[in-house]
Amino acid sequence: MKMYDLIIIGLGPAGLTASIYASRYKLNNLVIGKQLAGEIGLAHKVENMPGFKTISGLEWGQRTLDQIKHLGAGVITNEVGRIEKIKAGFRVYLAGDNQPDYESQALIVATGSERRRLNIPGEQEYVGKGISYCTTCDAPFFRDKTVVVIGGSDAAVSGVVHTAEFAKKVYLVYRRDQLRAEPAWLDEYQKISKAGKAEAIYNTNVVEIKGNGQRLTGVVLDKPYKNSVELNCDGVFIEIGGVPGTGLLKPLGVEINDKDFTQEAEDMSTNVPGLFVAGDITQHSNILKQAITACAQGALAAASVYKYLKKEQAPRILGV
Amino acid sequence: MTVKHFTQDNFEAEVLKAAKPVLVDFFAEWCGPCKLAGPVMDELAEEYKDKVIVGKVNVDEASALAGQYNVMSIPVVIIFKNGQEVDRITGFPGKQGYEEKIKALI
Repeated sequence: MKMYDLIIIGLGPAGLTASIYASRYKLNNLVIGKQLAGEIGLAHKVENMPGFKTISGLEWGQRTLDQIKHLGAGVITNEVGRIEKIKAGFRVYLAGDNQPDYESQALIVATGSERRRLNIPGEQEYVGKGISYCTTCDAPFFRDKTVVVIGGSDAAVSGVVHTAEFAKKVYLVYRRDQLRAEPAWLDEYQKISKAGKAEAIYNTNVVEIKGNGQRLTGVVLDKPYKNSVELNCDGVFIEIGGVPGTGLLKPLGVEINDKDFTQEAEDMSTNVPGLFVAGDITQHSNILKQAITACAQGALAAASVYKYLKKEQAPRILGV
Repeated sequence: MTVKHFTQDNFEAEVLKAAKPVLVDFFAEWCGPCKLAGPVMDELAEEYKDKVIVGKVNVDEASALAGQYNVMSIPVVIIFKNGQEVDRITGFPGKQGYEEKIKALI
């Protein structure tokens, strides 16, 4: 079996950038991930990435994927099922496969986060029948319909803006009293709100999803809005963030904090020698959970891998 | 055999009147998770070519079909047998997830 210098798990901003740096450090690397561009791949419009006035998250991912392939990285689109620590480094098994598939001396795990679910009655039943976790994917199915978006962060507010391009009316239901999105998104939200297309319902939770068996017909709120706890709608987008995808790391004994984030050092190393982390699974991502900071962590992790493998500092002005 | 491309015009003949079960992948170019399902559909079309037909519907080009089959979230794979919908898989369950459904059919 081929032994790579480095296997990177995750095809989001952190994993992709780690591969760019690793390839330029001439580390033989393989990237394995299940979703190109990760979380940002679901963003319909990204306007804070340097060099791009506006770009879809998916297009950004495709361009960066082209870049890492051009630099020589191997890429496998698949979920990783299991990682095993071996004497020489690590052995990686793809999901549903009991044969060891790949081995490397060092590992960067950048598996991001999984969509958080509400875990309320009706949620599971109506996924695909009106409930969605991706406004970019599914907003166009709600042309001239009434839609509820749950959440108050960037993903929720930008999701309202995108959904309002199609829907007749969008309600934003948020458990707090103030939205937490970037001011630029809030401006866009205010515009559609003034036009009467969007309406926010604050300090309120959705506690149940209603439907007729075939499709979703509305939601139940934990307090009345306009004298009713029932709000009729055709679709519900759940945009309440993610939970760190640290499942692969726990069996290896990687230190995880009480909020399920990895407890890495500033150089992205973990307590397991040779195992580095980057992006949304890290405790450092809590300071600013953005693609660009995930990219920075990916670069840093790659430099730390170089130092770990070569026992010397990574070149500082590589390629100049 | 490669994966088929179904449209409004050929859907009845190639899906509803097909002799074998048909997996129909409803997708769009702008949907990230659909990009995961696409290559897997190509593999399944080849590996199970004797047992099932595998094809795709671009929901932008065939929005009426998407509406007719209540497609509200993509990727979704709807399985037809003898002209009737018998199952649907919403989201991307991995190759294994689709294979389990195919094995249940054949």
